[in-house]
Amino acid sequence: MVFRCAVHNMKLLTHNMLTSKCMKGVTVGYPLGIVAKDIKVSETEFNSEFVSRIIPKLDWNALWKAADSIGHSGDLPQQLMEDYENNEEFLKKVHHVLLEVEIINGELVCPESGRKFPISQGIPNMLLNEDEL
Amino acid sequence: MPSFKIETPSLSHLSHEDYINVYEPAEDSFLLLDALEDDLELLQQRRPVLCLEVGSGSGVVTTAIARTLGAEVFCLAIDINQAACSATNCTAKENGVKVDVINGDLVTPLRGVCAVDLLVFNPPYVPTPHCEVITSLEEPLTRAWAGGERGREVMDRLFPLLPEVLAPQGLFYMVAIENNDVPQIREVLSALGFQSHVVKQRRVRGEHLVVLRCQKHSDSLE
Repeated sequence: MVFRCAVHNMKLLTHNMLTSKCMKGVTVGYPLGIVAKDIKVSETEFNSEFVSRIIPKLDWNALWKAADSIGHSGDLPQQLMEDYENNEEFLKKVHHVLLEVEIINGELVCPESGRKFPISQGIPNMLLNEDEL
Repeated sequence: MPSFKIETPSLSHLSHEDYINVYEPAEDSFLLLDALEDDLELLQQRRPVLCLEVGSGSGVVTTAIARTLGAEVFCLAIDINQAACSATNCTAKENGVKVDVINGDLVTPLRGVCAVDLLVFNPPYVPTPHCEVITSLEEPLTRAWAGGERGREVMDRLFPLLPEVLAPQGLFYMVAIENNDVPQIREVLSALGFQSHVVKQRRVRGEHLVVLRCQKHSDSLE
């Protein structure tokens, strides 16, 4: 099925949540490596409340590494700073990395097995074959 | 001024042809939306940040949630059916909201860090022979409704994963039918640490549909 509309792409926020831990022989499967073939940077509305409330759910180190590995860490600090809730300048940088850097096509790579999960038209395919479970 | 209505998203971009491979929203989808609408005040009080729909199909429910809860929430949708993933993505786009879509099996691609504030699931609940649950990928639509023995085979795989997915104050809404043995589902959930209630029910063409709302035992609703 091919839709005529342009689609939304995978954000680094989603990447931060994904793991290959369900694969046979994989224990952590996190974070997944990113091979980005097409990246799109788009502007989305900044909501400081949202960003400061999503931060506790993130693996900061994985976010920074993911952004850095595709050349989009910008000036995001490598360490999460304290008292970020009121630091709008910092929250804007996080917003950019989480929601404005999108992967259209590429691959996610299991850090343990090297298994590649394709990202196509913005949708990562995390399905495993029966012999991988 | 908070809104207290959930508007049904436009699906005019989907055609009969699309519904060959993607589950077309039906009474069960709309009952789930109605249940969420009844609970909208509660949902808005809880202020979810991360929402997840498992088995998003056309994307009608996820898109409605994204539209209603607005810019303070990030919506993720997972579906095992690739065509459904595209449909969800497209429905979100057509209705002006952002939903990230993952092609995957239940919540297995997600790391279990109790991050999901609102989880919704309209599972395949129709009792069928087991073989129809694992039907080939050439029949993606069968997987949208075939629930295997007692209609429980798919939902029973999700339940044990809930404790590591749902946030401490998280809410989980699920569609089921009477034939799934709702009291027994509630026992399974209770043993996993969740209290559940039937918040909505409707009889449609011989099917007795219910929507269950679940939250951790330790979490008391105001």
